[in-house]
Amino acid sequence: MLLTTLVDLSRWQFAVTAMYHWLFVPLTLGLGFLIAFMETRYVMTGDEFWKRTTKFWMKLFAINFAMGVATGIILEFEFGTNWSNYSWFVGDIFGAPLAIEGIFAFFMESTFFAVMYFGWNKVSRKAHLVSTWLTAIGTNLSAVWILIANAWMQYPLGMEFNPDTARSEMTDFWAVVSSPVAINKFLHSVTNGYVLASVFVIAVSSWFLLRKREQTLARKSIRVASVFGIISLAVLIATGDGSAYNVAKVQPMKLAAMEGLYDGSEKAPLVAVGVLNPDKVPGPEGADEDPYLFEISFPSMLSYLATRQADGFVPGINDIIEGGYEFTDRQGNTYVEPSFYEKKARGTAAVTALADYQAAKEAGDTLAMGQAKAMLEQNFDYFGYHYVEEPEDLVPNVPLVFYAFHIMVALGMFFILLFVLFIVFEWKNLIVREKHKWLLWLGIISVPLVYICSQSGWIVAEVGRQPWTIQNLLPVNAAVSGVEPGNVLTTLVIFICLFTAMLGVEISIMLRQIKKGGE
Amino acid sequence: MDALYFLQHYWWALVALLGAILVFLLFVQGAQGLLLRTASSESEKDLVVKYAGHKWEITFTTLVTFGGAAFASFPLFYSTSFGGAYWLWICILLLFVIQAFSFEYRKDAGNIFGARTFEIFLFLNGTLGTFLLGVAVGTFFTGGAFTVDKVSITDAASPAISRWANGWHGLDALAEPMNLLLGVVVFLAARTLGLLYLLTKPDVGEFAAKCRRRLAVTAPAFVLTFVAFVVWMFLKTGYGVDPASGEIFAERFKYLHNMLHVWWIAVVFLLGVVLVLAGLAKHFLDKGTRTNFYMVGAGALLAVWAILLCAGFNDTAYYVSTVDVQDSLTLYNSSSSLFTLKVMAWVSIAIPFVIAYIVWMWRKMR
Repeated sequence: MLLTTLVDLSRWQFAVTAMYHWLFVPLTLGLGFLIAFMETRYVMTGDEFWKRTTKFWMKLFAINFAMGVATGIILEFEFGTNWSNYSWFVGDIFGAPLAIEGIFAFFMESTFFAVMYFGWNKVSRKAHLVSTWLTAIGTNLSAVWILIANAWMQYPLGMEFNPDTARSEMTDFWAVVSSPVAINKFLHSVTNGYVLASVFVIAVSSWFLLRKREQTLARKSIRVASVFGIISLAVLIATGDGSAYNVAKVQPMKLAAMEGLYDGSEKAPLVAVGVLNPDKVPGPEGADEDPYLFEISFPSMLSYLATRQADGFVPGINDIIEGGYEFTDRQGNTYVEPSFYEKKARGTAAVTALADYQAAKEAGDTLAMGQAKAMLEQNFDYFGYHYVEEPEDLVPNVPLVFYAFHIMVALGMFFILLFVLFIVFEWKNLIVREKHKWLLWLGIISVPLVYICSQSGWIVAEVGRQPWTIQNLLPVNAAVSGVEPGNVLTTLVIFICLFTAMLGVEISIMLRQIKKGGE
Repeated sequence: MDALYFLQHYWWALVALLGAILVFLLFVQGAQGLLLRTASSESEKDLVVKYAGHKWEITFTTLVTFGGAAFASFPLFYSTSFGGAYWLWICILLLFVIQAFSFEYRKDAGNIFGARTFEIFLFLNGTLGTFLLGVAVGTFFTGGAFTVDKVSITDAASPAISRWANGWHGLDALAEPMNLLLGVVVFLAARTLGLLYLLTKPDVGEFAAKCRRRLAVTAPAFVLTFVAFVVWMFLKTGYGVDPASGEIFAERFKYLHNMLHVWWIAVVFLLGVVLVLAGLAKHFLDKGTRTNFYMVGAGALLAVWAILLCAGFNDTAYYVSTVDVQDSLTLYNSSSSLFTLKVMAWVSIAIPFVIAYIVWMWRKMR
């Protein structure tokens, strides 16, 4: 009970920190490049208008950047403070990208941010432009490394377990860095940031146009942002497809939760819109219940997304628990999927073998060590199942993942329309001339929507992979630190109060700065 | 020499160097700590915030990279200390988090909490933050109440490998006088450097006199407490490790032995001390301003690097368990694998390039 409470509180603390962090990071990722484009125009044309526009957006970038930095350091510390077992179990692999992120990306962004923000009169025009570009590249480089680390947790590869040290150790750095899941995740996450920043710029510019202020700044900003946004959105959608394929191959339970799919099938449909049946549960108890109260689906679409074949079999939650179906993994190996209980037995065999190995080592019995090691290696792929008690514990929060996924996709579609409308109306000079205020209001209300979309994406990625910190190898209850729950509850409350207060200040300052306009 | 042995020492030296650079860069915090009393007028506060604000990110990033490098190269320290001494690290974390937005938000229109709130945040970061960092580093010499049992991971009901033996979770470090002394040393070092840094600025005006008056007290206090800490460290019983068996044993004057045995650490240490004293002497003799800051800063960097090297080199347990000495952490039982340390060593080749562009920025942003 205590362990369950501790795990839940630790998950809450990490989730709250990550969600607050992800409120600020996407805007930094995208706005950095938008500012760099604008300053490039200034340097190329010498037009002071672009300098003023760049400075306006740069001020908003700085207000946002500070909060991203503040929340980012907490995440790094929390790997140690709240997930200390995890830190040892995979620190040999996970720590390296984190350190590289610090050495390469953080120093680059913080150093050149100082030049970009304070150095207008201290360095040459070209040196300033280079600094602005390097700030944007630095922020994106830091995303590369942390997303490599995150992708490795979802799809662990390039490592082997060392029974002497009781941890996983890296054997192939290139495999970790070039993981297809990592590449796709990086592109999907940063383009999400670009889309969010584009919508932000459009919304602020729309407000200026409604107020009949800063019309040139607003219109030119809309032009830059809508083109950047639509290009980014194209990559976002393509990598969204890649994400679904990867999830189907490496985390089929997450895909099943995303679609509320309890019983798999060939020619599985993709739910476009749906309402889940709250009475539906995994296993025999929920067998008579329909998974949805209402749904509109695209026939065979889920099969195509997951297997690249319209008649491919997509396992549901019950299939994954019961096993017995043929499954082809990300490397192309085809095998019959074991049931939960078979996996649990193998996980227990692996963990027992580790204990036996350590005992044999203590006793100096090399023969027994060899036998235990062989047993461990044979069963290591299911190591984490030892800690999962019941089949239902394998299932993430289905409603949360399902609705988050569908909200994300629906809003993604909406943003296509938004960017197209702004491109068409702006280039035909219709917004101002024809006074299409509805479009400007649409731009403004898109700000909360794009943040909801962005947060939904992370909910799908992170809630959907529960109970695993490292897929199949380490569930959250084996990864957590050995502190008493009261400590974590106290820090959780402190963090929530601090973050919320600072978010309030950030929004207030941002709004005042926008009202001031360019200087 | 065994490659793993070399890389474990190489990475300890690098992490220690990052820690030493961090202490030098704490001049930002030292300047912030002047905000509520020394820098009392609005123009003085603005001056402090302006000059500290141009450099805070480098200090902050060094702290983050110090954490990342420690995680990557000595993950058992990261999991044992951070997970066990929970409150000590959380307090340090909070005190640095409140710095990150305070420079930007302090006087921005729309700041609903008022400038004073953010000045208090900066003050707390500059005083309590530096003090607690010193306390945390002190545990390299005094240890912590932890146990480590890697077989625990096979127990599904209680799988934590590292555990803290009391409910204080790191706050117990505040009950150890040597930690408190190092906390005071780091605080005074930061303040001394902060004052010297502000004196390098041409437009500091009448505030310079205040800084000089403060320095007349702070710098001697820093030197005295630093000497007291070093003497204490040299006289202290430390813990050695037999690299072959992993057995850990008490050794009188361990840190003094380390310094004498690894001669180049002693040279680095002495060079650091000489630079600090020479820089301060130049200041009090009224000779130069900019060079004084860099001399004292470089001296502090070298002295701290040598002290941190002393904590881990020469087969020393750098994080001693006060519960079971055999659970203590050494470079050998807490490091990453040979493969990971090698990969990271290749990555570290780029560090001079990173330092080069930071130096470029530093010079341009004077």
